Amino acid sequence: MSAINWFKYSSPHSFYPLAGRMVPWFLVAAALLGVTGLYVAFFVAPTDFQQGESYRIIFIHVPAAWMSMFIYLVMAAWAGAGLVFNTRLSGMMARALAPTGAMFTFLALWTGALWGKPTWGTWWVWDARLTSELILLFLYIGFLSLTAAIEDDRRADRAGAILALVGVVNIPIIYFSVVWWNTLHQGASVSLKSAPKMATTMLLGMLLMALAFWMYSIAAAMLRVRSIIREREPRAATED
Amino acid sequence: MQWGSWAEFWAMGGYGLYVWGSFAVTFVCMAGEMAGLIVGERAARARHGDAS
Repeated sequence: MSAINWFKYSSPHSFYPLAGRMVPWFLVAAALLGVTGLYVAFFVAPTDFQQGESYRIIFIHVPAAWMSMFIYLVMAAWAGAGLVFNTRLSGMMARALAPTGAMFTFLALWTGALWGKPTWGTWWVWDARLTSELILLFLYIGFLSLTAAIEDDRRADRAGAILALVGVVNIPIIYFSVVWWNTLHQGASVSLKSAPKMATTMLLGMLLMALAFWMYSIAAAMLRVRSIIREREPRAATED
Repeated sequence: MQWGSWAEFWAMGGYGLYVWGSFAVTFVCMAGEMAGLIVGERAARARHGDAS
C-alpha cells in the first residue's frame, strides 16, 4: 500500500508547490541526458553507410516525433479524467501540455523536411505518415484555439477535452501508417517485437535524446501549469 | 573521434545545412519556450515577494 495520498495532489492548491519543486530536478536531468545524448550523436555514433552524415537528424527527429504523439496521449488522458472526475487540475494539465506537444510536432515535421530533402529529394510529400503527423499539428492548434476562444475556463476545458479525445484516433493512424500504407517514409527503426535495425550506439544516442526531451517536457508542463493556476486560482498559488 | 578537424565537423559531409538547420531550430524552440516559462515564473515569485 502506498503511504502517499495521491488525491491530495489533485487539488491545484497542493499541486502548485509540488510542481514548483519538481522543475529544477527535471531540468537538470534533461540537460545531463541532452549533453550525453549529443555527445553520443556526434562523436560516438558512426557515419551511416547509406546516408552519410545526414542521418544524424534522426537523433532529434525520432525523439521529437515520439514526444509529439506521447504528449498528445497524456493530454487526452488528462482531458478525459477531467470529464469523468470533474477535477479542476485535469483541464489545467491538458492545457499545460498542449503548447509543448505542438512544438514537438512542428519540430518532427521541420526536421523531417530537412532530412527528406537530401535523402528523398523533396521537402514534403503527401505520404500517409507525413500527412497524419500534419493532422496532429492541426489537432494541437485546434485544441489551443478552441480553449483560448471560450471565456469560461471550465467550459473551455470540457470543449477542449472532447476535441482532444476525438483526436486520439489519429495517434494509431500515425504510428501504423508505415505498416498500413505503402509510404515513402521508412518503417519503425525501433519496435518491441524485433531487434532494432540500427547500430547500438545510434540507438543509445536516440534513446538518450528521447529521455532528455521527456524530462524537458515534464519541466515545461509543470512550469506552465503553475502559470495557469496563478491565473485561474490566485489563492491556490502559494508555496506551502 | 571520427572528425579530422572542426571544419569537417561543421561540414557534416556536405549535409551541414540540413543537420545544423534541424538541430539549431530544435534548440531555439526549446530554449525559447523554457526561457518564456522561466521569465513568467520569476516574475510571479517576485510579485509574491518570495525569494526561493
